[in-house]
Amino acid sequence: MNPKLTRRRFIKGVIASGAAATTTTMWYAANGQNRPAGYVERLIRINVNGQVRNVDVAPQETLASTLRYKLGLTGTKLGCNRGECGACTVLVDDIATYSCSVLTHSMKNGRIETVEGLESANGDLHPVQQAFVESLSPQCGYCTPGQVMAAVALLRINPNPTREEAQLGMSGNICRCGSYDSYLDGVMRAAEIG
Amino acid sequence: MAYMHIGKDFVPPDVTGKVTGRIKYAEDYTREGMVYARLLTSPIPHARVIDIDASAALAMEGVFGILTADDVYPDGEPQSTGLKILTNEPTLVGEPILAVAAIDEKTAETAIAAISVTFERLPFVIDPLDSLAEGGPNAYNGGNTFAFREGFIEEKWTTDQVASFRAGNEPTAAAPTELAYGDLDAAFGESAYVYENTFTTAGYPHMSMEPRSAMAYWEDGKLYLHATSQSLTAFADGIAGIIGVAKEDLVFINAATGGGFGQRARAGSVPSAAIPAKLSQKINRPVMMRVTREEEFTIGGARQGFQGWIKLGFRQNGTMAAADLWIVSDNGGKGGGGDAFSATNAISIVYQADAVRLRGVSIGSNTAHRGAQRGPGENQIAAIVSPILDKAADELGIDRLEIRKINTPQNGDEGGVPQRTPFTSAYMPEALEQTAQLFDWAGRQPRRRQRNGSKVTGFGIGQGYHNAGRSGMDGIVMMGPDGRLKIHNGVGNLGTYSYASTSRAAAEALKMPWDSCDIITGRTDLHLPITSPQDGSNSIFTNTRTCWGAAQDMLTKMKEIAASDLGGAPAEYDISNERVHQIANQSVGYTYAQVARRAMELGGKYTGEAELPEDLAEWTQISVSRLAGSGFMGVYHDPAHSGNPPGFTVTACEIELDTETGKFEIIDVVTVAECGTVMHPQGLKNQMVGGVVWGIGLSALERHLYDPQNGLPASTGYWQSKVPTYLDTPARIVSGWVDLPDPENPVGARGIGEPSMGAVSAALNAAISDALGGHIFNATPVTTDMIINHIAGISEDWVPLAQNNFRG
Repeated sequence: MNPKLTRRRFIKGVIASGAAATTTTMWYAANGQNRPAGYVERLIRINVNGQVRNVDVAPQETLASTLRYKLGLTGTKLGCNRGECGACTVLVDDIATYSCSVLTHSMKNGRIETVEGLESANGDLHPVQQAFVESLSPQCGYCTPGQVMAAVALLRINPNPTREEAQLGMSGNICRCGSYDSYLDGVMRAAEIG
Repeated sequence: MAYMHIGKDFVPPDVTGKVTGRIKYAEDYTREGMVYARLLTSPIPHARVIDIDASAALAMEGVFGILTADDVYPDGEPQSTGLKILTNEPTLVGEPILAVAAIDEKTAETAIAAISVTFERLPFVIDPLDSLAEGGPNAYNGGNTFAFREGFIEEKWTTDQVASFRAGNEPTAAAPTELAYGDLDAAFGESAYVYENTFTTAGYPHMSMEPRSAMAYWEDGKLYLHATSQSLTAFADGIAGIIGVAKEDLVFINAATGGGFGQRARAGSVPSAAIPAKLSQKINRPVMMRVTREEEFTIGGARQGFQGWIKLGFRQNGTMAAADLWIVSDNGGKGGGGDAFSATNAISIVYQADAVRLRGVSIGSNTAHRGAQRGPGENQIAAIVSPILDKAADELGIDRLEIRKINTPQNGDEGGVPQRTPFTSAYMPEALEQTAQLFDWAGRQPRRRQRNGSKVTGFGIGQGYHNAGRSGMDGIVMMGPDGRLKIHNGVGNLGTYSYASTSRAAAEALKMPWDSCDIITGRTDLHLPITSPQDGSNSIFTNTRTCWGAAQDMLTKMKEIAASDLGGAPAEYDISNERVHQIANQSVGYTYAQVARRAMELGGKYTGEAELPEDLAEWTQISVSRLAGSGFMGVYHDPAHSGNPPGFTVTACEIELDTETGKFEIIDVVTVAECGTVMHPQGLKNQMVGGVVWGIGLSALERHLYDPQNGLPASTGYWQSKVPTYLDTPARIVSGWVDLPDPENPVGARGIGEPSMGAVSAALNAAISDALGGHIFNATPVTTDMIINHIAGISEDWVPLAQNNFRG
């Protein structure tokens, strides 16, 4: 996981965002105004899969919520919404990141990649996706987008991992079906074909 | 036998959707005008709702409505075990009391915070033995157990009887349930080695990755329901009744399910899916109910825990003479589960004991509701029995592999309690031998219990079993004028790919290239046949029979049409290369596209409009009636099969246990399936490696915990009742299979999902015991602290036989 995004920083981010929103609300109050209809707390721009997206984001909104419920990128899954399972893993500046545990507001300068952004323009699967198909890595598939993103992150850092290195690199992602062996087959195959 | 499809890998059609994120789970759908439901759940483990004041909430802007138990049960809640949709009589913390629908979840949560619920607190209990003791609290209103035709009743022991059991003695109370065969006294009398002790197995949650979110809306009198389920038509059939909608008016959409493991096979285990359906009906808007991880823990069910006593007797030659069990099963807050029966059955079957008895009672606790979880009963007991079997082998001077061979079930044997049912086939000896070869059991033995610094090597071998097949379901195949085969399959998509691999039996029967086939599945308005729920490892056996049968019906009709049109008798025709043709002169025949067109011209029985099989299920009849006339149809009702189709597994493992830390590492694991003909090697391998991970969880990691003071769950997340991760699992798992056909299945196949886990937990607990010089913990999980305390000679500080909180 992204070492910059600790639980402490996440909580501090929530507090900071809340404070900003409160400040804005207080400005309206101080000027004797109610919040105007259609009031936008934060309209920000984030870079998702190479596209700059304008999105209305609440102060406490996580990146997973924004991706799924604002941008319709439902490939990113929420398994626990508390930083335990890894189903929501996306890449932020190439680093595997639990999108349930970072605030969208902290992503303004980040380059976000989700599972929807991996296929090439002509529809070819990314080598990790292709290898996961060949290895029949998924079972129920709910954790698979997170596993795919974790594998992509790993292979960008270490294009030819040993199986044990791959095991360590993928260890932030739980698979309740227990398909770890098949995911590792997929990672090793992706290293071959990538 | 040379097959086109059976035993060959293929790419199931949903895999690409899984790796791209395009496949949709229930929560991924939206609908114009959709609003959001949130739940108010019980903060108290056992209570009665006296009053609900939602006036302030309902007056809030953006709040559309509320749903309570009074709405869903206008005639009163059913007075039986099992989860309710909503309840006024919660028996566990987190049980849903009401739901509120609002413009967004934040508003719904705010509204819920404004609702005042007055509860009457009732006594609660965490440990079933505390309830069993005279004067102890009852988990349910009216008793602590549920008796068929009697309802809730009280089952009580004297305080001394409970204390004696906790002290390690055979229970002396009369057992409400007793099942047996054989002469126990005589069998124990013949025994050269007898082991007797109490044991516990922990309850723990299923923790499927996808929380059971659901979305529903009504349109033109039909209910469209997106929900999570292991099964498709079997679930739809059941949830229609729970919601109270006619089967023909329900469209159940379930393209993929994020795990089930037994808890989502039947609608009764997921009644929460009815909440958005009922709310949507009430407020006339689409309703999405997102379920959190914590809520998933609470209403997602758990494995039954055992508080048991076991006595096993072995003759000098190593045969298991007798098995005697007394099991108090934890029924949790809502009842459910027959694990004790399954456990005893498994002992009868796997070890072929001559005399077996189960005495037992199921007692409620105000903890997670219980139900089937991967190998319910069989897998817990496999982990308990295996170290005892090793102890017997060592005492009798028999190799531990050999004692399993001595007791192995095989072709011609039977098993079960009290009725002993013959196996359809059984190749456990072959599985044992294959495992021994792959693992090099004999070659490793000189290193048994060898120390290397603080580490000691242990070996374990274990066996798993689950009944693996049913019958009596229906099949439908269709063919249009393009000659493509459409296989209508009601099997759920929970990650086993059995919806696809069973479909290949139809392609096989018609010698159809796979790329000329379409699997019709994922939503019930595509007109699917009824299937058995996808539990009990049955799908492969059950639904290859129906798919094969429907295709055979189409084949028979093809030959009839060709013979009628082109001359000769149907028996003089065969099929090849997507043609039905005369055997003597292959140039005389129809392509599949041509014969499908002729069938559609002829109509009647060829298009499902006449001469349908008797005994088609109501669900299938609805589907057939909607398909009738639209294409060439093969339709089939599967008769009952004979015997018990078993799924067997064998696992061997080597561990290195660190005597300074109590931790162990699995160095090697070999796991072998005996499940008849292999349908889909990659899919089978996935079940086997998944079984390894689940086996590790049962043996060493997973147990839920409840606060005995307040009844609060202390383990709602993945790291508390710890699910095995990559780092708890060996980097390499060797899997294999016997691959010999079963005569009761047209392609020889049986299931394997559940026993793939039992053999692993049996092998791992045996290996831990081996590394510790034969010490038997008589418990699952065997945790690091238990190991280190044993090594350090520190007496265990938990209450003996404690359940749901090991400190009592």
